Amino acid sequence: MERTWRFSQQDIVEAVDAGAGRKVFDLQLDQLGPYSLDFSRSGRHMLLAGRKGHLALMDWQRTRLICEVQVKETTHDIKFLHNEQFFAAAQKKYVYIYDKRGLEVHCLKDTTEATRLEFLPHHFLLCSVGATGVLRYQDTSTGQVVATHRTRQGACDVLRQNPWNGVLCLGHGNGTVTMWTPNITTPVVRMLCHHGPVRSLAADTQGRHLATTGADGQASARQLLLLLRSSMLLLLAVKVWDLRMLRPLHAYFSPSPAECCDISQRGLLAVGYGRRVQVWRDALGSKAQSPYMTHTLAGGTLRDLRFCPYEDVLGIGHSGGVSTMLVPGAGEPNYDSFVANPFQTSKQRREAEVHSLLDKLQPAMIVLDPGEITRVVREPRDVQKEKQAAAQEANRARLEEQRQKNEEKKRMKGKNKPSRRQRKKQANIVEERKPGIKARMREQGVSAEFGHKQPRAEPGVPADVPRALHRFFKK
Amino acid sequence: MKVKAINRSEEGCTRERAQDVQKVHRNLDPALHPFEKAKEYTRALNAAKLDRVFAKPFLAALPHDDGITCLARNPRRLNSLLSGAADGDVRLWDIPARRCLRRMVGHTAAIKGISVTPDGEAAVSCSTDCTVKLWKVPFAPFDGGPLQEDSQPVLEFSGRHAFRSVDHHWGRAQFATAGAAVEVWDHERSEPVQTFSWGADTLTSVRFNPAEPDVFATAGSDRGVALYDLRSSTPIRKLVMQTRTNALAWNPMEAFNFTVRIFTFNGGHSRDVYHTKRMQRVFAVRFSGDGTYVFSGSDDMNVRVWKANASEQLGTLLPRERKQLQYNKALVERHKHLPEVARVVRNRHLPAPIYKAAKLRRVQQDSERRKTQHRIAHSAPGSVKVKPARRKKVVAELE
Repeated sequence: MERTWRFSQQDIVEAVDAGAGRKVFDLQLDQLGPYSLDFSRSGRHMLLAGRKGHLALMDWQRTRLICEVQVKETTHDIKFLHNEQFFAAAQKKYVYIYDKRGLEVHCLKDTTEATRLEFLPHHFLLCSVGATGVLRYQDTSTGQVVATHRTRQGACDVLRQNPWNGVLCLGHGNGTVTMWTPNITTPVVRMLCHHGPVRSLAADTQGRHLATTGADGQASARQLLLLLRSSMLLLLAVKVWDLRMLRPLHAYFSPSPAECCDISQRGLLAVGYGRRVQVWRDALGSKAQSPYMTHTLAGGTLRDLRFCPYEDVLGIGHSGGVSTMLVPGAGEPNYDSFVANPFQTSKQRREAEVHSLLDKLQPAMIVLDPGEITRVVREPRDVQKEKQAAAQEANRARLEEQRQKNEEKKRMKGKNKPSRRQRKKQANIVEERKPGIKARMREQGVSAEFGHKQPRAEPGVPADVPRALHRFFKK
Repeated sequence: MKVKAINRSEEGCTRERAQDVQKVHRNLDPALHPFEKAKEYTRALNAAKLDRVFAKPFLAALPHDDGITCLARNPRRLNSLLSGAADGDVRLWDIPARRCLRRMVGHTAAIKGISVTPDGEAAVSCSTDCTVKLWKVPFAPFDGGPLQEDSQPVLEFSGRHAFRSVDHHWGRAQFATAGAAVEVWDHERSEPVQTFSWGADTLTSVRFNPAEPDVFATAGSDRGVALYDLRSSTPIRKLVMQTRTNALAWNPMEAFNFTVRIFTFNGGHSRDVYHTKRMQRVFAVRFSGDGTYVFSGSDDMNVRVWKANASEQLGTLLPRERKQLQYNKALVERHKHLPEVARVVRNRHLPAPIYKAAKLRRVQQDSERRKTQHRIAHSAPGSVKVKPARRKKVVAELE
């Protein structure tokens, strides 16, 4: 077993081909940092955004700067749209869209004070969340604001998509991670992941694992004392979750709270804190014992980590600029020309744009299990009936409880409060009467008219009596 | 230390010269292709919509001087079509060139039926002027230009009453006419060889069975569909229907009011419906010999040529185009049960009167069904017998 974490970047660069070694670089930009960054879907282009308003788009594999712009405003995050022709930047007040010449194309005035951006390429949705804690979905092909969800969890600075199903994962200050879809106004999943604020999270490409890092590594003096006494690692700040069962899998120790993390295409986990970057291999499906690689930045503290798709490269944005490191085995070696082509010609790009617009998915198709779409559920009839009965029973219990709550107080004061009106609406009359009406319809054979099977005659009724007269017999 | 990192050379991944085809790398790993089901569904919906967008079935109109009453196609030639009009005019058309090859002059009253002999050399036409005429049918010459010559009948058979329909035998030199009675004629005889009649009403349609050489069927104005055998002197059996039968065919492909409807051979509902603003009552419809086109003759003095598949692309397809079409078709087939796709596939715009009539009919049917339901509910169980909808159309069977 080789101790791979001992190798420095220098060693690796010397050992690999010259072409691969050339991909390691250090951009010293210590005036306008710290920098956040983003890679295009083919991995060929890189976006940089300095906190003090320095935006740059570069063809990083050819070390060619495409555009550079100083927006003279605080810039929180930057994101590519569907191809490298456009990108969005979350600035002090609004989100702006720029084209590849660095010209401002749109100002999204609906989206205020966004700090994190995410783009769902298959749905053409630009998602943002920020200081107001409002999650907004905006369709970039039509310009429509598709959904606006109030998270009610305060300012939010952690936003990542699950690339497998397009569900957005938000990390909150109280240690919960919530998952959102555009068509449901409440989170579809709410998980308590950490005891301190969630600092970063990342999901893998197959939607199986979620890595979260939290600030609960900051121990109190009492905890430290305990730690020393028991010599146990209590400060487990990096956690890996099973996204399908929603269960914790493993936890890893980080000496100080990890600021950022990312998962590569081949399932490598990168975690960064302070000036240090750790890369873990086989850390998601099973518990790894030691990191795969470690790296210490020459200068500056970390701000952002991104694996480059289809390359063995990890991009690191920090306060001293932007640098890259080689992580052998991180990227997918075989690309698909029709999904993301690093050597795309302009003609191919135009074709791909049209095709992706034709195949654009509707926001309503974002669900936790993407295989559910178009699936026909065929349950046995008795299971269906059981479920139906359980649902009816639950509904009845809820209504009963609501009614009791409503009748608790008989005072006139506060009768017209919004909460009161809402409560009344919850216990609406139509819902209550539904079961009775349904039973009557069944009895009168209305359902038979619509092609349903007729129910069998009740045992108390003689066989030669027409159905219209059944109601005169005792049951 | 042995280590490898991804390093792609641009020369290896791109084409050498501008004339080469672009290099394509595929990776079918599902991790690179998320949202597979949702994408397929979206593509299916788009395919169904595109199919309706490209549904432009009308191809050509071939003009006559009066309403078209009957059509016949040459069993030996794909490109020729015969049409008979209400002014006694029969025309032979060259369909691909959209021109009239011959006008066959001779009848003095409306043509009621045309049929082409199995060798494709001659055609018989019957008319309400009590005659059946036999014509030579020339082939379409390959050189272009208008050529419209009048031609005279080769043979003439005169009967005692107006004829309503004619059908040539599939193998012999015989043909059958329908009118006041069914008569079977031979090319060599001037008098009918055989005569059948059952009841006093007029027969409107006669057809030989293509498989059984001696069997043929007629439809009459007494709501009956009767079956005959040439070897016996009397009809075999008869069905009395709920409504009058206008026409009959052994391989069904017939038509209706102001629209052309295409039915699948085993379905109860039409597959497609064609109409134009100017098309009046449609009297005659024929499929082309290869089943790609439909011809309709209507009261507005036009023979119309339609595609049998409304959105089909004519001409030679590139392999890529053909594959795309096949893919789209398979997608629609796979997702046809989903409500949005089904709605797009099923929806057809209809002329307002037909739409309203269908709506009215639906109300009537609903009320009938409701009434039956009530009748069942209020009578002793088992005493009301419900007849299936298709059986309802047959009133009686006579031997």
